[in-house]
Amino acid sequence: MELNEQDVEDVAVGAAILGSGGGGDPYLGKLMCLQALRRGKRIRLVDLEEVPEDAFIVPTAGMGTPIVLVEKLPNGSEPLNALRILEAYVGKKAYATIPIEAGGVNSTIPLAVGALADIPIIDGDGMGRAFPELQMTTFFTHGVAVSPMSMADEKGNSLLISALDGYWAEKIARVVTIKFGGIAWVAIYTMTGRQAREAVIPRTVSLALKLGRAVREAREMGRSPLDHLLHVSGGFELFTGKIVDVARRIAGGFTRGEAKIEGLDSYRNETLTIQFQNENLVAVKDGEIVASVPDLIIVLDVETAQPITTERLRYGQRVAVIGMPCHEKWRTPEGLKVVGPRYFGYDVEYVPIERRVKGGGLK
Amino acid sequence: MSLRIGIDVGSTHTDAVIVDKDNRLIAATKVVTSPDVTSGVLEALTKIVKESGVDPSEVAAAMFGTTHCLNAILQRKDLARVAVIRIGLPATAAVEPMVDWPPDLRRAVGDLKFLVEGGHEYTGEEISPLNEARLREICREVKGKVEAVAITSVFSPVNPDHEVRAAEIVREELGEIPVTMSSEISTLGLLERENSAILNAAVTFVANRAIQAFLEVMRSLGLEKAKLYLTQNDGTVMEAKHAAKYPIFTVATGATNSLRGAQMLTGIKDAIVVDVGGCTTNVGMLVKGFPRESTIHVEIGGVRTNFRMPDIFSIGIAGGSIVRVDDGRVCVGPESVGHELVKCGLAWGGNVVTATDVALALGVMSIEDPNCKPELARRQLDPELARKAYEIIVEGVEYAIDRVKTRPEPMPVILVGGGSLMLPTRLRGASKVIRPEHAQSANAIGAATAKTGAQIDKAYSLEHLSREKALEDAKISAVAKAVEAGADPNTVEIVEIEEIAMPYLPGNAVRIRVKAVGEIKL
Repeated sequence: MELNEQDVEDVAVGAAILGSGGGGDPYLGKLMCLQALRRGKRIRLVDLEEVPEDAFIVPTAGMGTPIVLVEKLPNGSEPLNALRILEAYVGKKAYATIPIEAGGVNSTIPLAVGALADIPIIDGDGMGRAFPELQMTTFFTHGVAVSPMSMADEKGNSLLISALDGYWAEKIARVVTIKFGGIAWVAIYTMTGRQAREAVIPRTVSLALKLGRAVREAREMGRSPLDHLLHVSGGFELFTGKIVDVARRIAGGFTRGEAKIEGLDSYRNETLTIQFQNENLVAVKDGEIVASVPDLIIVLDVETAQPITTERLRYGQRVAVIGMPCHEKWRTPEGLKVVGPRYFGYDVEYVPIERRVKGGGLK
Repeated sequence: MSLRIGIDVGSTHTDAVIVDKDNRLIAATKVVTSPDVTSGVLEALTKIVKESGVDPSEVAAAMFGTTHCLNAILQRKDLARVAVIRIGLPATAAVEPMVDWPPDLRRAVGDLKFLVEGGHEYTGEEISPLNEARLREICREVKGKVEAVAITSVFSPVNPDHEVRAAEIVREELGEIPVTMSSEISTLGLLERENSAILNAAVTFVANRAIQAFLEVMRSLGLEKAKLYLTQNDGTVMEAKHAAKYPIFTVATGATNSLRGAQMLTGIKDAIVVDVGGCTTNVGMLVKGFPRESTIHVEIGGVRTNFRMPDIFSIGIAGGSIVRVDDGRVCVGPESVGHELVKCGLAWGGNVVTATDVALALGVMSIEDPNCKPELARRQLDPELARKAYEIIVEGVEYAIDRVKTRPEPMPVILVGGGSLMLPTRLRGASKVIRPEHAQSANAIGAATAKTGAQIDKAYSLEHLSREKALEDAKISAVAKAVEAGADPNTVEIVEIEEIAMPYLPGNAVRIRVKAVGEIKL
């Protein structure tokens, strides 16, 4: 499948929805894609099924400070350089690249990388949503090694890292990122086609496309984008209401917070509370948990279905809260160890959203 | 030499007032806003000077809140062709300037863009040295093809050196041409700052022409001693020569003038202001006497920008809003008869049901106009429809009030604007509803009584600088800019300091925003 300009716009909207309140703005990657397309480059998506067993797959991403990312925009050659060093080191040509996360800023950037490198992008990712840390990927939980990892900047500097494990990779990468001026472009978690079939959450780029398209088409037809979105996503409507309080505090480099929503329409006299860090993590309705991480909890403007990130939540917004099941790969003991509610500091047993909703909110 | 004239252009009417040195209202008038804006402004100015009978030599200042620049952007008319220069190579090439602009607007500003080596890291170090030779080459290339230049350098809010040097070179090569440096317009966020700078450069042309027209009429009316000011988005005014350099700061003044006027008329510094016009109702919040500003990107004419804008929630329910029944559902607005209310409204013998007719029929308001006959509205309107429509109007306003609040507690609500009489004196979410005298002229009064000032929004790396030094530097430059904008140095005070930490960066990078305001120096 090949993406055109409209598809890219739609993917960006869908990626913001999959961000579950965090992950940053897919805007930059979207613009990189639009510019590449206008210069005759092609964004080709390839399904996991079509990927040869021995294919060499190189995920790409940007890492660093959000404020630097929106100020010192990339040259466009950095992720390519990062990819090329790994090719030289491993001695194989990259068959494709793939996003590490389907939600947020790093969802759309690999699409541009694929276009510029003239390689396809695998329709999938390592999160199925957005998460704040590099090890929170199904690549990691399925034993794909972080190293060899490469980093590049816009000036032409690059380096290859052979780290002992993810912990060391993160430590080294942080230092280099600062020296690169606050942002670095990385190629990481290389894998074969065979590994990818195990480790990748499939068809999340096309999912983002479907979600974004559903919202746009509903608006164009004058229908409710929210209903359309629920229909296409297979998600559950958790609540509709007005935000009456948002409390935030900074703890350990992360913002932790809570948004209280008072019910409207069929939810009148009910209250939903969302606990968030970078992403929305737990939703509690009148004392009962209705959804928790790693399932997706998404806050949307009730009229436009525009997703609202956690830093933009504020008093008075009329919102709809929907929940989407996460991928099965996260629902294993290994997956939950990395991204379950306990990892984020909530003493809550993970229960899949479809059981919570249909079973009437089990504790 | 103590009078001030205030003029505010709304979508329906252009208002003018004269106030004395104690901010007491001397005269007020209203004309219909003209499609070209300028002739309506000149008509209002002429009318108020002639009708009030004041001695023109007693007028010390004329403050104009105008929509010239906003209209030029929205209508893609009279825009200057701009040479867009971005300094940051080898960074930033992946997204060129204006990639996501609406194509018609991009064409209207000439679509001439150039990337040059240079720019800085967040630490203030160079990404690469400024390529001066390439800059001169670009200047020669665009000579005669552009009327303005916009320069944006990576991390210029931290270190503006390359923008300053590039502007010097442009002037050397192209002579007297309006040059906008992005660091003077807004803050971090390269694309949004660049967009803001390009739009500023693009409206210099129309702003200058409007200023010239204002000055000419002021002269012809004998207002030779009056200084000309333009009101800006944050609720202060700037001298005309300053406004000619930063015209983009005038694009949202309609709403802010009304907020400032509400403050002036009531003396209340923290309140919600509901400004009911002919086509729209704008709701904003006064915080310490000034309009609260928006914290998110504001789109203008389809372009993302990041200069400071008032945080306004608008609804399409106002005095001229058309009331109709759609599939059995009563609707109010967003279509409006605008200034034709006095022709088309039921109470004026017309056949369009408007929000004003509803209020007249229900007897909640009266209008001092011999041509307005409420009984015409009462006779033709089904009471049930009127009741339902009025409910929608009130609910719409209450919804807007709630959207502007930051907390659920009730707050004072001030009603201003020509259409505000139709609203009730009790509203949900309001601790009290205040309808000040002269509420219809609040916008022009806000302009006439405005102070002047300046804001700076700069990023500092605290690696080689103490926090106190950084704050001091920010305050000094804010005061200097306020004086440059026309403030009396003896009255300048810092009204706002905001410090925003930039996490994940070493060396304690911090963003400091300071606003300084003072009485205008007459």
